[in-house]
Amino acid sequence: MLQELPVLSMTIWVPIFFGITVLVVGDRNPAPARWIALVGSILGLLACVPLWTDFDRTAAMQFVEMRPWITHFSINYHLGVDGISMPFILLNSFMTVLVVIAHWEVVTDKVSQYLAAFLVMSGLINGVFASLDAIVFYVFFEAMLIPMFLIIGIWGGPNRVYAAVKFFLYTLLGSLLMLAAFIYLYHLTNGSFEIADFHKVAIGDTAQKLIFMAMFMSFAVKVPMWPVHTWLPDAHVEAPTGGSVILAAITLKIGGYGFLRFNLPITPDAAHYFDTFMITLSLIAVVYIGLVALIQSDMKKLIAYSSISHMGFVTLGLFVFTPDATGLRLGLPVAEGILGGILQMISHGFISAAMFLCVGVLYDRMHSREISDYGGVANRMPVFAAFFVFFAMANSGLPGTSGFVGEFFVILGTIKVSFWYALLAATTLIFGAAYTLWMVKRVIYGEVANDQVAQLQDVGKREIVFLTLLAVAVLAMGLYPKPLAEAINPTIQELVRHVAQSKL
Amino acid sequence: MNQATFSLATLAPAMPEIVLLALVSILLIADLFFKDHEKHLTYWLALVSLVGTAILTLATVGRPTVVTFHGMFVADPLSQMLKVATLLTVAATLVLGRSYLEIRNMLTGEFLCLALFGTLGMLVMISAHHFITLFLGLELMALSQYAMVALQRDSARATEAAMKYFVLGALSSGLLLYGMSMIYGGTGSLELTRVAHAIENGNARNTLALFGLVFVVAGIAFKLGAAPFHMWIPDVYHGAATPTTLIIGAAPKLAAFAFIMRLLATGLQGLSPDWQQMLVILAVASLAVGNIIAIAQANLKRMLAYSTISHMGFLLVGILAGNNNGYSSALFYVIAYAIMTLGSFGMILLLSRAGFEAENIDDFRGLNQKSKWYAFVMLVLMFSLSGLPPTVGFFAKLFVLQAALDAGYTWLVVIAVLLSVIGAFYYLRIVKVMYMDAPAGEITFERRADARWMLSATAVATLALGLFPARLMDLCVRAITASL
Repeated sequence: MLQELPVLSMTIWVPIFFGITVLVVGDRNPAPARWIALVGSILGLLACVPLWTDFDRTAAMQFVEMRPWITHFSINYHLGVDGISMPFILLNSFMTVLVVIAHWEVVTDKVSQYLAAFLVMSGLINGVFASLDAIVFYVFFEAMLIPMFLIIGIWGGPNRVYAAVKFFLYTLLGSLLMLAAFIYLYHLTNGSFEIADFHKVAIGDTAQKLIFMAMFMSFAVKVPMWPVHTWLPDAHVEAPTGGSVILAAITLKIGGYGFLRFNLPITPDAAHYFDTFMITLSLIAVVYIGLVALIQSDMKKLIAYSSISHMGFVTLGLFVFTPDATGLRLGLPVAEGILGGILQMISHGFISAAMFLCVGVLYDRMHSREISDYGGVANRMPVFAAFFVFFAMANSGLPGTSGFVGEFFVILGTIKVSFWYALLAATTLIFGAAYTLWMVKRVIYGEVANDQVAQLQDVGKREIVFLTLLAVAVLAMGLYPKPLAEAINPTIQELVRHVAQSKL
Repeated sequence: MNQATFSLATLAPAMPEIVLLALVSILLIADLFFKDHEKHLTYWLALVSLVGTAILTLATVGRPTVVTFHGMFVADPLSQMLKVATLLTVAATLVLGRSYLEIRNMLTGEFLCLALFGTLGMLVMISAHHFITLFLGLELMALSQYAMVALQRDSARATEAAMKYFVLGALSSGLLLYGMSMIYGGTGSLELTRVAHAIENGNARNTLALFGLVFVVAGIAFKLGAAPFHMWIPDVYHGAATPTTLIIGAAPKLAAFAFIMRLLATGLQGLSPDWQQMLVILAVASLAVGNIIAIAQANLKRMLAYSTISHMGFLLVGILAGNNNGYSSALFYVIAYAIMTLGSFGMILLLSRAGFEAENIDDFRGLNQKSKWYAFVMLVLMFSLSGLPPTVGFFAKLFVLQAALDAGYTWLVVIAVLLSVIGAFYYLRIVKVMYMDAPAGEITFERRADARWMLSATAVATLALGLFPARLMDLCVRAITASL
């Protein structure tokens, strides 16, 4: 029955509709604007429920909607989800609710515009994950830049404008090259922008490599992979808490999702050809950026670098190929690696959001992100300290938390290919623990550092609500990842089969 | 096709031009008899003339192609579509510019008459089927516009701009005429279809025609403002009063597009491999010059002038594909461009007041704090100009790039894409000052409701056509396939 409803359209347009409503209600009366935004985000989340309950655990595209849009170029408003995209829509809709709750007493400047930007963005991001037509995907993908640009630029920290412009131009450069690749593929498929047709069409060797690189530019910037990661620390540090949460929890995942949906299946030969390149960049991100995180004195910057390092794990998992002895066909992508990559993305969504929200809680009270301004917070905020330590443990990959599951699977997949890759990747367990726990030690424990810390108030009910929600999600995924893995797995098996076949 | 005897029916296809001419003549005389406090009647009369002619043209939509006046004049679906767009664009320009002109005592009979004569020139250009008609229309338009720029006698900047515009315009007209004469020498005809036949059948002296082509393309590039023939654009855009800039910047691009279609696609299609190469150079140069130099501009009108140059580069990318696919995407582009230009210059007019031009980028500082709606309008227009979805500017670029890639210009697509990233920066800067800076000075708005509605309409159209571009694209495809 629910298959009849346009569920995906609802997940896209309900938040956008409420975003516009909030904008119309206006800045003059922030109280109703806040409630409308909360209702809108919760309705958006409710609209996603059928995606989980009615999801048929196969690799098929589900909840498909198809309407002609620009008939002359056979562009269709074509939506659908499979095991890869469904979890991200849930994650995004969930995060939007948290962001709305988290802003409540904190944001007082241009409230309605702030909330509208987040709601609109939430809808657009759902659109990115649900699109099955390359142009529809691109429209959502690019349109998303506009609210994010405004969020960073208007409500961000002192250096916000620089960060916003850098963020915008970096991502635009990548995505325009991807657009060129799409148009090229449109001609190869004799006039189709269907992503499924892109998957099927045969592509020559050079063309595959160029298409791979064009799409790589777009998604690598989003992930972000070393060395195009430099926009991320700036954007994160300057963004308001809600912006950091969405940026880390969701928009980075679009990069990983793009690799899965575009790079691997459209250009399998090029993906195989570039696997060492991708693995090298990923390992540099894991190890080098992990070390960079260690020396940060700004908490948000530290978490930003930690994000890059964790996302390195994702790209590592996606691009490990087992060598094929016969040499007649492509190496097999490793299903564990891909599964690990996806789980890692979802887990990182929860954990990084939680970390940024925790820093946000501190920042709201002290207006400082410097680690050295803190010390002994546990003495004043015991409840908060418990949450913070828990999330820090999850961030460093403690078994039993979601952080462990993804990393474990990626290492499991990597070791099938090369022991040394796996060894290097595993260093993250050490570095991750080192930078996260060291920060916790300096901020949470020890003597009360100064008078300001001495006057801190512990977290209120509202803050406990969102921190608890995240903690439950992190624990649930860490202790019982099976339902999620079962939903994702058929799609991965199908993907692995597809990628193993040469398209030359 | 050529009627030997004259009958009234041969005039019918040119009805819009004839009616507009009659109305302008009436206006010219009527204005003399209006007293000072009745001068607004001239404005309304001009508006009625434009809209009336547009409705008249709309009534002819759907009629088949007719060539009349001994092959000098054509009425086809392309011309009908472009004429309606041109007339409405000029009408919108007058609505947007009215307060600005009134405050500066420029809303005079001569301004309006010149604007309408210029429009008449555009209509003639759009319907031309003969080199002479083309040139006639072009000169009627250009001469009116020279005078309009010069209308601000006491402004040194305007006088300089008018001088530059006139000298360079005359030079380009000379180039065009020279080229046309050579093509005549090469093909033995000035009528576009006969020129085309001569080239197709191999009856033409191709070397001579090619020489002619070079001059013609240079002349076109001058009129269009494509680099390296773009020098006049920034000075004229900057120097002219903003409504005049809008009259020069918006509707004439539609006419120039028709001009190119008639000359290159109808007349010289046989030489397309040759003009494609020339257009490639013009397109790349325009994209580079427009996008890179715009970064350094602090004056919004100059910035938009460079933005125009880069947009003309994109337009050429569509045209140089050299097939119907490319032409229809270029037609889509030029219509989208006209709407965006109306909006962006309309914003300058909105913020201008007595003694204040609002033409510097800094004048837009903190606009969001003053008016959320107009900041949003400008945001939509700027993102559309930079080609971001979900605005019409994105689809315009997508269709053009698609056509170029289809024609095998993959590298050109990549260059265009990279340069538009550079271009995005300066549009972004406007959004930045509006949303992220504190207001620098007082911001006041246009008082007239009709101008405000018109401005909002451009933004809404930009967004609506970005969400539903299919209808307009279908119209463009049909107009091009039915006309070529």
